[in-house]
Amino acid sequence: MIGQIAIVLFDGFAFGMLLFLLSVGLSVTLGLMGFINLAHGAFGMLGGYVTVLVMRQLGLPFLAALPLAFIAAALASVVLERTLFRRLYKAGELNQVLFTIGLVFVSIALATLLFGTVQQVIILPSWLRGSVEFAGLNFTSYRVFLIVVALIVTAVLVFGLERTRLGAQIRASVDNQRVAQGLGLNVERVFAITFALGSGLAGLGGALAIDIVGLSPSFALHFLVYVLIVVSVGGLGSITGSFVGAALLGIGDVAGKYFLPEFGGFFIYLFLVAILLVRPAGLFGKR
Amino acid sequence: MRVPEPAPKSLSPRDWMKRQSRWSVYELIAWAAAITPFFLFPTYLPLANQIAIAALFALSVDLILGYAGIVTLGHAMFFGLGAYFAGIISVHGWGEPITGLLMAGTFAGLVGFVSSFLITRVQHLALIMVTLGLGYLTLELANAMSWLTGGTDGLRGMNRWPIFDTFRFDLWGYTAYSYSLVVLFICFLLSRRLVNSSFGLALRGVRENIKRMPAIGSDHKWHLRKIYTISAAMAGLAGALTAQTTNVVGMDALSFQRSADVVVMLILGGTGRLYGAILGAFIYFVARDQLAGINPQYWYFGIGVLLMLVVLFMPKGILGFLAGLVERRGK
Amino acid sequence: MLGRTTAAIVLGLGMAWGSAAIAQDTVKVGVILPYSGPFADAANQLQAGIDLYLATHGNEVAGKTIEIIKRDTGGPAADVAQRLAQELVVRDGVDILAGFALTPEALGAAPVAQEAQKLMVVMNAATSVVTEQSDYIVRTSVTIPQLNYALGQWAHEEAGIKEAYTLVSDYGPGHDAESSFSRGFTEVGGTILGSDRTPVDNPDFSAYVQRVRDANPEAVYIFVPGGAQPAAIGRALVDRGLAPPDTAIFAQGELTHPEALESMGEDARGIITTFHYTLERDDPLNNEYVAGYTAANNGREPDLFSIGGYDGMHLIFETLKATNGDTSGDALVEAAKGMAWESPRGPMSIDPETRDVIQTVYIREVQEVDGELENVIIHEIPEVKDPLH
Repeated sequence: MIGQIAIVLFDGFAFGMLLFLLSVGLSVTLGLMGFINLAHGAFGMLGGYVTVLVMRQLGLPFLAALPLAFIAAALASVVLERTLFRRLYKAGELNQVLFTIGLVFVSIALATLLFGTVQQVIILPSWLRGSVEFAGLNFTSYRVFLIVVALIVTAVLVFGLERTRLGAQIRASVDNQRVAQGLGLNVERVFAITFALGSGLAGLGGALAIDIVGLSPSFALHFLVYVLIVVSVGGLGSITGSFVGAALLGIGDVAGKYFLPEFGGFFIYLFLVAILLVRPAGLFGKR
Repeated sequence: MRVPEPAPKSLSPRDWMKRQSRWSVYELIAWAAAITPFFLFPTYLPLANQIAIAALFALSVDLILGYAGIVTLGHAMFFGLGAYFAGIISVHGWGEPITGLLMAGTFAGLVGFVSSFLITRVQHLALIMVTLGLGYLTLELANAMSWLTGGTDGLRGMNRWPIFDTFRFDLWGYTAYSYSLVVLFICFLLSRRLVNSSFGLALRGVRENIKRMPAIGSDHKWHLRKIYTISAAMAGLAGALTAQTTNVVGMDALSFQRSADVVVMLILGGTGRLYGAILGAFIYFVARDQLAGINPQYWYFGIGVLLMLVVLFMPKGILGFLAGLVERRGK
Repeated sequence: MLGRTTAAIVLGLGMAWGSAAIAQDTVKVGVILPYSGPFADAANQLQAGIDLYLATHGNEVAGKTIEIIKRDTGGPAADVAQRLAQELVVRDGVDILAGFALTPEALGAAPVAQEAQKLMVVMNAATSVVTEQSDYIVRTSVTIPQLNYALGQWAHEEAGIKEAYTLVSDYGPGHDAESSFSRGFTEVGGTILGSDRTPVDNPDFSAYVQRVRDANPEAVYIFVPGGAQPAAIGRALVDRGLAPPDTAIFAQGELTHPEALESMGEDARGIITTFHYTLERDDPLNNEYVAGYTAANNGREPDLFSIGGYDGMHLIFETLKATNGDTSGDALVEAAKGMAWESPRGPMSIDPETRDVIQTVYIREVQEVDGELENVIIHEIPEVKDPLH
């Protein structure tokens, strides 16, 4: 029984880490600029399609495709941020919602046009298939990999935020945008970089998600709900919050389904409502 | 505790409110236009019916979003509850449309009242996500209770009776559209009275600054609960209309998609103007119908571009833009 | 009273308007499918089947030209499907309604077909009750009980499986699959160890697969809808060592469609599925069909949706021939009843009583053929009817 619980915790944690990669960028940009970017999932989708494309067309290995997914999503987001999104920072929440939903629709149509409606498949290297045995239990190799990647990303993010100049600027901008600006910080530039990093991580998440949830043009909308749940439960602008929130949701979802399968669909939403009613700002949110 | 809006000095508050509720010529034209499909486009009546229902649904969202600042991504919950209520009672032997409609609206309103106690505890993102969560929970519940709801296959065996025992729902949609249009009009009149009353003004106060309302002695939570209940009931009516005029109810009546679509329609038309809801539903459906007629697979592209253009060039929604034009001409 | 008279006049006017639009020498077929949204791929494949039939057989039959009018539901929306069906009848003046990838679409349109007395060809929607919703419905795809009842019996009688665990998606078709497999399996003496249902939008199957693993059954039966889930659940199974020969896996054919097989790789070997259409079935008609289809669709292979659309068009063509171009619903349905033909899927016919499809059910096993994994037919059950009608 203890072994089974360990497996369930492990599987749930891995799924949570996938959600973390997909959503941490939105959490930070929402907290920093208050910009509601519902097209965040579209960057995840872009990362996924880039992975499929370079693996199929160029024959690149999976590990080489992951950074490309990150870079592609980051670049695309910078272009969109500089040309379109920046006009909307003062436009009000509802207009941001409408605009970015419009962008999601366009991205879905474009993905359908370019890649068709078919479910995309990638062939993973053999060392990521099957499972590894540890203490008499079988852990799925791919999920081990997923956790490792997520932990590395988290470490880099936390280190970067705590120890680098850019990190200090981001923290300052999140805490108090006006004062940061008054001190001579170029908040707009800080935001553009943060935005690119966040979208890049979504692209990486999209690439890693293919093997677990598949990839088709509806990805951009389908995962939006999960991403929003993680962001709101974790709290805006908090990397720790997104990490803990995503881990809790992943574990809660998988454990709930394991122990009470009849109510499998309810758990994630019950957690959402319960947590927000007790802590409206999310677990680690300040506002 | 009633709160008067700051009004121009020359007008007493009462006169100001009266002026707000006067009918303009544009409104009369709009409602006259709503009747034209019967004569000019009789083959578009099923579409007109769906637009009228969507407009009613968007109107219900405008009451809370546009006037009280409650952004929701779960209002399909009440739409679906109304639809299932009307559908289920007709499966079990009560197919009289008007009483069914009223009962469904009441039921959705009751659930709205209960959930309003949760809604008023939270704001901003948490508020949106709680409405979303409640919407999904209702959807899961309907799926789990497939013995009652028919599950994903949809509710089967509905038997609706003719309206007033006389007008049966015809293939062309004459009865359906007349019925939906009348319900929409009545609900619109009620909403119009509501938002132009002192209660409506208090709500706007909540929308503009929720922290200040208690300071001036306004029980804002009670105001919010009241409007949320009314809005839920109205969404329930829209759902019941769908069930009765199409004779089917499916799980999609409760879906996130429907919740999101209605908000999109409303913002597209313009919030806080009542007519924005109607215009938004009209434009969204007509654009979708025309674009999907050209290419059923890529209409998403056209709608997406439309939404982005509206935000860039008409930040107050299409109706806000038109109102601006009219004002400028007047000056 | 006055209102009614006015309504009647307006109604008459509208009717005249509508019927004037119908040209005499074309037959309009209104196709209702989820062209956009999460089920767009099903619509795409089904439409490609329709297009292939028209490309290979021309678009003229019984002296009339076939015209296809496409309408998008965006997903399982019954009310939208009903409106579209209504519009197709009154605005576009179609003679035949067709398509219907999802059961709610078919259920929404059925009352319209009944009232307007139009032939309605269901080219996919596989819930048993669909054909009972109108006297004008004919189905050319498959029903879920048809496939899985037979598989349940076969699993015990031929494969010698005594105990099985079922894992299905928690929605109508999943429930149908679970109950019909279990019925077939237990009627001949098998035992169901346990059964779980996964949420229909389930992103992650690890919890459910772990439950199956804990029960350690001799065999597991799986039903998930096509799309993203076959590959996802397939990977979840094989990654946890739930794969033949240790554990027998039975499923409906979606689980081992080409993309999912590619994703599962070697471990998929030995999975046994039941289906009405097998891509690899070596038969001149099928080979020609597959070659034509892949050539027309950038190498994409046909699937169950494609064959439903292809045979649906065949039915429309043949009934029109039989009625000599008469497009009235009653004449067409009469002509369809009992119609039998050779399809790329094998012999099939329309049950004269239920208007549902009767066809061969193929039991297939994933085997390696020339270095590639394929579904190889290991058993055929001819002329299977839906056991629930």
